[in-house]
Amino acid sequence: MIRVSIQQEELDVTAEIQMMRSRSVGAITTFLGTVRDASQDSSLVSLTLEHYPGMSEKALDDIACKAMKKWSLESITIIHRVGKLEPAEIIVFVGCASAHRHDAFDGCQYVMDFLKTDAPFWKAEETKEGVVWITERETDKRAAENWLLHEPNKID
Amino acid sequence: MKIYYFAWVRDYVGYSYENISCPKSVKTIEQLAHYLKKQSDGHALAFEDLNVIRAAINHQFVANDSKVKDTDEVAFFPPVTGG
Repeated sequence: MIRVSIQQEELDVTAEIQMMRSRSVGAITTFLGTVRDASQDSSLVSLTLEHYPGMSEKALDDIACKAMKKWSLESITIIHRVGKLEPAEIIVFVGCASAHRHDAFDGCQYVMDFLKTDAPFWKAEETKEGVVWITERETDKRAAENWLLHEPNKID
Repeated sequence: MKIYYFAWVRDYVGYSYENISCPKSVKTIEQLAHYLKKQSDGHALAFEDLNVIRAAINHQFVANDSKVKDTDEVAFFPPVTGG
């Protein structure tokens, strides 16, 4: 099962994990991306997340579908927040439930790596200097490309 | 043709959406970008360097040489930075 949500509201991590638990699930991995103040003088006021409504839901679903095909996963939950967020707030939640831990770990990392490069979201940082759009990171592009070069190891 | 702009591309253009009739000579994303560039000073700034612009047709990421039709929904935006 795949669940995707793009929302302004805060999310309840415990409730999301609870929804992924079942008799056949033996491992649940979660990833939380949070707002980091990377400014020189710790002056980040807020981070604004923008997305392309209609395309962003589809892009997250596509990434989750690919992860489900690649690993043995019972469910994937992706929740991406949009709008104005304060430092330390949660931006994104990814959860993968599986019978065994390796699929859950790898699935979670795969989803995050592609979310960085294949989903239409943009971040703007507000500091006392003004608002600046964040530029893409080369390391994010390489992380996603690495998955295309190397097939995952199947380990039980 | 429905065209959407996001992030700093929208900031330069000055609005998030426009519905335009393109000349017949516009057949690809790259040709569309060059056509849009001539529409206003804002468009010219937004499309100044096509290397830093990405595009989507009907909600799919596409390359610069992809074909566009009048009935397509096209979007122009910077490289994505979500997560």
